[in-house]
Amino acid sequence: MGDHVLEVSNLTMQFYGIKALDNIGMTISAEEFVGIVGTNGSGKTTFVNVMTGYLTPSSGSVKVLGREIGGLHPFHLTRMGVSRSFQIAQLFLELTVEENLLLSLAARENVYRKVRMPLKTKHYLKEARELMNLFKLEKRANSKCLELPGGDRKVLDIAMAFALRPVLMFLDEPTSGVSTEEKFQIMEILVEALQERGVTVVFIEHDMEIVQKFAHRVLDFDEGKIIADGLPEEVLQN
Amino acid sequence: MDGVLIILMDGVFYAAYLYLVALGLTLIFGVMKILNIAHGSLYGFGAYTGASLVLFYSRQEFWPWGVYLVLIGSAVLVGIILGPIIERGIIRRFYREEVVVPLIATYALFLVLDDVMKLIFGTSPYFAYQPLNLAGNFSFGNISYPVYYLIFISVAVISGFLLWAVMNMTKFGRFVVAVMHDPEISNAMGIKLPRIYLATFTIGAIFAALGGAFTSPMTSVVPGLAVEVIVASFAVVVIGGLGSYSGAAIGALIVGIVRATAVHHFPVMELFMIYLVMAGILIIKPQGLFPIEEERRI
Amino acid sequence: MRPFYTKFFLILGLFVVIGIIVPAWMRYLLTIALCKGIIASGVMLLLKCGLVSFGHALYSAAGAYAVALTVKHLGVREILIIIPVGVAAGILSAAVIGLIVSRYREIFFAMITMAFSMAFYGFLVKAYGLTGGTDGLRIPPPTLFGSALPEGYERFVLYILTLIFVALVAGILHKTERSPFGFLLQGIKGNEVRVSYLGIPVQRAVLRTFIISGCFAGLGGGLLAVNSGHIDPHLSYWTVSGEFVFISLLSGVGNLNFVFIGAILVEFIRSYAFSYVPYLWQMILGGIMLLIIIFSPGGLWQIYNSAADRLKPSLKDSNPGVKHNDS
Repeated sequence: MGDHVLEVSNLTMQFYGIKALDNIGMTISAEEFVGIVGTNGSGKTTFVNVMTGYLTPSSGSVKVLGREIGGLHPFHLTRMGVSRSFQIAQLFLELTVEENLLLSLAARENVYRKVRMPLKTKHYLKEARELMNLFKLEKRANSKCLELPGGDRKVLDIAMAFALRPVLMFLDEPTSGVSTEEKFQIMEILVEALQERGVTVVFIEHDMEIVQKFAHRVLDFDEGKIIADGLPEEVLQN
Repeated sequence: MDGVLIILMDGVFYAAYLYLVALGLTLIFGVMKILNIAHGSLYGFGAYTGASLVLFYSRQEFWPWGVYLVLIGSAVLVGIILGPIIERGIIRRFYREEVVVPLIATYALFLVLDDVMKLIFGTSPYFAYQPLNLAGNFSFGNISYPVYYLIFISVAVISGFLLWAVMNMTKFGRFVVAVMHDPEISNAMGIKLPRIYLATFTIGAIFAALGGAFTSPMTSVVPGLAVEVIVASFAVVVIGGLGSYSGAAIGALIVGIVRATAVHHFPVMELFMIYLVMAGILIIKPQGLFPIEEERRI
Repeated sequence: MRPFYTKFFLILGLFVVIGIIVPAWMRYLLTIALCKGIIASGVMLLLKCGLVSFGHALYSAAGAYAVALTVKHLGVREILIIIPVGVAAGILSAAVIGLIVSRYREIFFAMITMAFSMAFYGFLVKAYGLTGGTDGLRIPPPTLFGSALPEGYERFVLYILTLIFVALVAGILHKTERSPFGFLLQGIKGNEVRVSYLGIPVQRAVLRTFIISGCFAGLGGGLLAVNSGHIDPHLSYWTVSGEFVFISLLSGVGNLNFVFIGAILVEFIRSYAFSYVPYLWQMILGGIMLLIIIFSPGGLWQIYNSAADRLKPSLKDSNPGVKHNDS
């Protein structure tokens, strides 16, 4: 069991009698790169929301890193090493790019309660700088997120999740809203960095080329069920 | 047995009073997402205008029963004059703001209007008992009550019914309901939001003024009456669920009966019973009894 | 950090000098304003994370009554004991109520905090035996280090003492603003979902903020009681809380220490309005409040900042961590 980063069995999620997830079962092993495809409303984001504690499943079991997550809040799961990015970037719009990343680092290092030290210490600024360089955000360091174009917002959103040094990372449409030229560039940077750290990744993606290129395995969602699970070539055939 | 009846009568009466004020408050919140602290001032203006006009009317040799129409008339007058001024002049600026900014803005407005009231009507109390005395008394159990209490309760019930009818049976009402649920889509569908806001605010203002006008015969109208009503009607609206007018009715009844019970049995508790009940209900139902569902997508 | 402390001690010295030269009534007004500033700084902290407490008068009243009751029943008049008692009362009441209110946001937060303060007001009015009802309680002059304050200079000593506490609070506010926790407050205001997904329990952070703000309120309330020598239940009335919200808003959350400037301004406006146009002071306060919200949502801080920008860039406090236009 220990090898499975994620173990889902008989998972059902109902909203007002509608089954957004219908009896799902599957496992994901360490360091896998799993792409999730499917039409809108097929339950992809709901799946991620359940996996990260935003929603509590109606029934079934979800084990993350060997631990049953029923009733755990997103912050618990994040602390356990599960992080995620969002379909619509979730940023602190009034803060600068740098400050967003610094808060991420402060959270990871568990110093977010501190009052006596300043947030902008050399140590953290250095790491924030590295992250911005990695994700090509360095020119935006002191811009408020409010002023960022959509593509940069998405990238920052991912960078904040990445900065937490997760063991398991969910990416909800990481390249939507990013320009076509940059899509592959961003994914390449991200995937390389994630692989280097041995992170297990589950990403939802509409762009089949991206899925083809970066996923080791593809899950196809339809009406809350997984209708196909296999290598990209096999699944994407249909 | 009498004790229970008295509490019920007092409770329902107090509920009617709170309901009239809370009705406008919750309507305005439902449509514009603004909790209008200045609503209490509209109540105050209603009371002062009602009392002044009743006094004036009573000095003439007119048909005496006309005082009730004078009360209604003064409420409408206050509503259609002050409502648009406040909505166009101040409230309109804050529709796009986060919730707390309009709250503070209406608090500021409340402070201003409180002094405007003193400037217009002075600081000495008004006594306009004519509508109360005219209707006489009736016996309820062993207690004699003014018939005016029943008139007052009817005004509240009819107001609630009228609002319900407008919301459910007219095109305007359907527009308002659409705006409540999704202003952006309503706007895209061609509903003119500014007009809906203006109309809703004016209607809400009229209800508040109606509450004030019909309360004025039963008390002396003095400065500071706006403060008393606003906090209690907040409690009503929050208990009922912000934006829900059936909730406001239930909230008013709960607060009314709780208060009446406290007044008769635990007078020491009177002042804070309402707030304890409100806090208690919110601890069990964090959004109030009949919350309006809101979705959040991530 | 250096320039801050230079400025800090300069301003502190200035206040001491002001305390020596101004007439006694003005110094008294200043003392009261500073106490209210301490209370309002708690409201500011909450405002920074997007929460409006319309019931903060409760925690300051708790501090004030704790002081008064300690003096009355235990006969302790030592200021270095009774002020900490006030602080403890503020912390305790904020911790208990914070457990409940930290679940709420926006309007609900404002209304529930208000409800609790009004319930407390009702309690203070009705619990005559304990609180003296609407008559309130008298607080005799305190002692310092066990001895009575020097005759003729009581008020001045109290002013200096208040000033020391203000300096303490100002230092804490300054540090907080730049700390991870200070930024977290802005984060909570900005996006709670993201905060949770950084692994931070939002509710606990709000509770913590609430308790800190209760601590300041208790301190301010205790000092208010000692300085004014008399307290009554009105201290917990919702319009008093409204005044603290007003002070915070006027000052602007962009720089927490502006709260003291805001508090002084409000106290003086009120005092002058009371003597020249007694029926219009609410209108003046409300009018200023509306003007601020409409034209300068960042408060005095924003006005100061843009003026400094225009005059001389070097005049501006060059702290990158502080936003210009928080609203």
